[in-house]
Amino acid sequence: MSDARGLASWLTTTDHKRIGLLYFWTALAFFLIGGIEALFIRAQLAQPNGRLVSAETYNQLFTMHGTTMIFLALMPLGASFFNYMVPLQIGARDVAFPRLNAFSYWVFLFGGLFLNASWFVGPLFHAGILNVAPNGGWFGYANLTERQYSPGPNIDFWVLGLQILGISSLAAGFNFIVTILNMRAPGMKMMRLPVFTWMTLVTQFLIITAFPVITVGLAFLIFDRFFGTHFYVREAGATPILWQHLFWLFGHPEVYILILPAMGVVSDVLPTFSRKPLFGYPVVVYSGVLIGLMSWGVWSHHMFAVGLGPIADSVFAATTMLIAVPTGVKIFNWIATLWGGDIRGTTALHFAVGFIAMFIIGGLSGVTHASPPTDLQQTDSYYVVAHIHYVFFGGTIFGLFAGIYYWWPKMTGRLLDETLGKTHFWLQFIGMNLAFFPMHLIGLLGMPRRVYTYAPELGVGSLNLVSTLGAFLIALSILIFLVNLWRTRTRGRPAPNDPWGGATLEWSIPSPPPVYNFSVIPTITSRLPRWTTERHGPMRDPPATPPEPIHVPGGSWWPLIAAFGLPVLALAPLTHTLWVAFAGAALLLLGVYRWAFEPFEV
Amino acid sequence: MTHASATQHHTSMGLDNRKMAFWAFIGSECLLFGSLISTYLVYKGRSVVGPYPNQILNIPFTSVSTFDLLMSSLMMVLALAAVQRGDMKWGKIWLFSTALLGLVFLGGQVIEFSEFVNKGLTISTNLFGCTFFVLTGTHGAHVTVGVLWLLTLWVRALQGKLGPANAMTVEITGLYWHFVDVVWIVIFTVVYLIQ
Repeated sequence: MSDARGLASWLTTTDHKRIGLLYFWTALAFFLIGGIEALFIRAQLAQPNGRLVSAETYNQLFTMHGTTMIFLALMPLGASFFNYMVPLQIGARDVAFPRLNAFSYWVFLFGGLFLNASWFVGPLFHAGILNVAPNGGWFGYANLTERQYSPGPNIDFWVLGLQILGISSLAAGFNFIVTILNMRAPGMKMMRLPVFTWMTLVTQFLIITAFPVITVGLAFLIFDRFFGTHFYVREAGATPILWQHLFWLFGHPEVYILILPAMGVVSDVLPTFSRKPLFGYPVVVYSGVLIGLMSWGVWSHHMFAVGLGPIADSVFAATTMLIAVPTGVKIFNWIATLWGGDIRGTTALHFAVGFIAMFIIGGLSGVTHASPPTDLQQTDSYYVVAHIHYVFFGGTIFGLFAGIYYWWPKMTGRLLDETLGKTHFWLQFIGMNLAFFPMHLIGLLGMPRRVYTYAPELGVGSLNLVSTLGAFLIALSILIFLVNLWRTRTRGRPAPNDPWGGATLEWSIPSPPPVYNFSVIPTITSRLPRWTTERHGPMRDPPATPPEPIHVPGGSWWPLIAAFGLPVLALAPLTHTLWVAFAGAALLLLGVYRWAFEPFEV
Repeated sequence: MTHASATQHHTSMGLDNRKMAFWAFIGSECLLFGSLISTYLVYKGRSVVGPYPNQILNIPFTSVSTFDLLMSSLMMVLALAAVQRGDMKWGKIWLFSTALLGLVFLGGQVIEFSEFVNKGLTISTNLFGCTFFVLTGTHGAHVTVGVLWLLTLWVRALQGKLGPANAMTVEITGLYWHFVDVVWIVIFTVVYLIQ
């Protein structure tokens, strides 16, 4: 990594490794905030007739929990690995557009701060603190989100914040597509890419196609709320169902945007700790691509309760059941990779295997939603909450933790403690099953989701208590993880280039890598370049010092300044002041122009 | 934009990085305009109050605008060809003409919008107003960005900072410009011609 020190060197950095770390720490902070929101929710629901928070606060808590976890924690944690690992895995010195990469990060940071500022700025809108945070659910269903029904600034924060975050994801999407397709080292054919890089590529294609759709949906809502249009107003002849279509057209690919990177991590971790090549590599890759394509044809299964008619319901039921097939194929490939392998039970492997187990449960409950009659019983109940958490927590979070324990030594040069790591794993594993498994039953027994309390007569009090205990157990496991991170700063064992005996390129260079990554760009002759297989011996690692000087592009202030224009622009409608809009646009234009014309060697 | 030559490294696919990013961007934009146009179609004929499209759309006027925008694409092609062969005199002329025709199109849109407002159709009048203004307005915003971009290149050319080495920059500008033009052809057909 770059040797430059000081705040300015971080604010202007265009080094993909530093940006990866910035993504990591920022996303971790938002993950903790989202987790604290979850703990409030669970504390409120621990007993019937809970009185910890009011219904109004509860609405803000679950809305911000969902929004934060999806857009500010899981997606950027994935992005942290895209940034740090993809260039290393393909043998490149940086991403295709280093400054655009910095821009993506800053936009993400400002978007997250903008959304979360809503917790504290109530007094500016003549309301109390903790009063104007978004409160319409992470899905923001129209027409509840119209000005008529949500007059406060709550939904404004949500709709403008998501619009900002979309720009970050889109910019990163273009960047990584070009990076992966165009910046590969000689000999790194597409079918030699590590699966994590492959899944990153599929994810980026989903991002650049899905986010424009939500952009349009959100733009309609902005126009409805600020300029008096009627896109979702029934009285004007419009239909709120339009929002549901636009949202889920984005929303279902988004589900795979969240899970595919985790699948990629697991596909890299399992072979390393089984000392076996991934079973059926091409099939895993093609399944990932197929999942990406099919994710565009299943959105209406979120809308069975709307009553779209028997034809639509049948078609979407069929496509939804069908998409389980490539997912199932991957699961068998992972199990077959472990089968007969020389297994080392590291923390990373624990999380990867935990991912498989939990994701199977989440996947199966997902298939039960695929049948419209069954789905009608489950819609809006805690059963769906159980499903989403088995997929996102048991799936994405476990997969990402596998990635953290696997790649942390590469990113920081120090190994995380394995004992603390396994304690973290087991507590989290038990905690998550205690927290989320009872929700299946709570839902089937009739408890609706998103309601701030329930009556004792419903008979779900003890199940809810168990769930709450599980949530706090998860919190404890995360605390242990934080202790582990903190401890590693000074007491972690220094990591060699390759602490695990990995097959892919990132392990051929020092931990953490030098600013130029590869002293000599390697030439790749196989899919497992660092392993001995029947067909070839291991590649030679690049020399420790570069044989000739390597020019590394310097930093730039302009991505940060351009990115700062966006939250300023978003403030204009919130404050109803035109000059703020001009200020924001001017900042953005200034940033973009100076960026375009500054000398910057790539 | 000015250091095109610096970025024309060897790439795995043999395609310039910026050009590939731009094609991906255009793919993304297709979904954006696709969503807007679909919404227009879904809401067609659902307005509960007038004015309705057939009472207000002026096809002859907009046909002239459309012809103007098509001609700007021709200017763009000529501009790129001139820059590529190093003929910066004509490069400047064609770049400026492209921007000028873009400005004429935008002027036409301003006239059209004001006339609609005078006839009682605003963005909040009915569903036709909502979908029409947001769709054509988004397109107009894209044209505005394109005009700014073209004028920037023109100024760079006047300063002598744009030459054949920057042909890729002009080519990418052209990609954008042609895309915006093609979108207009779809909008013109869907909104104006098929009522």
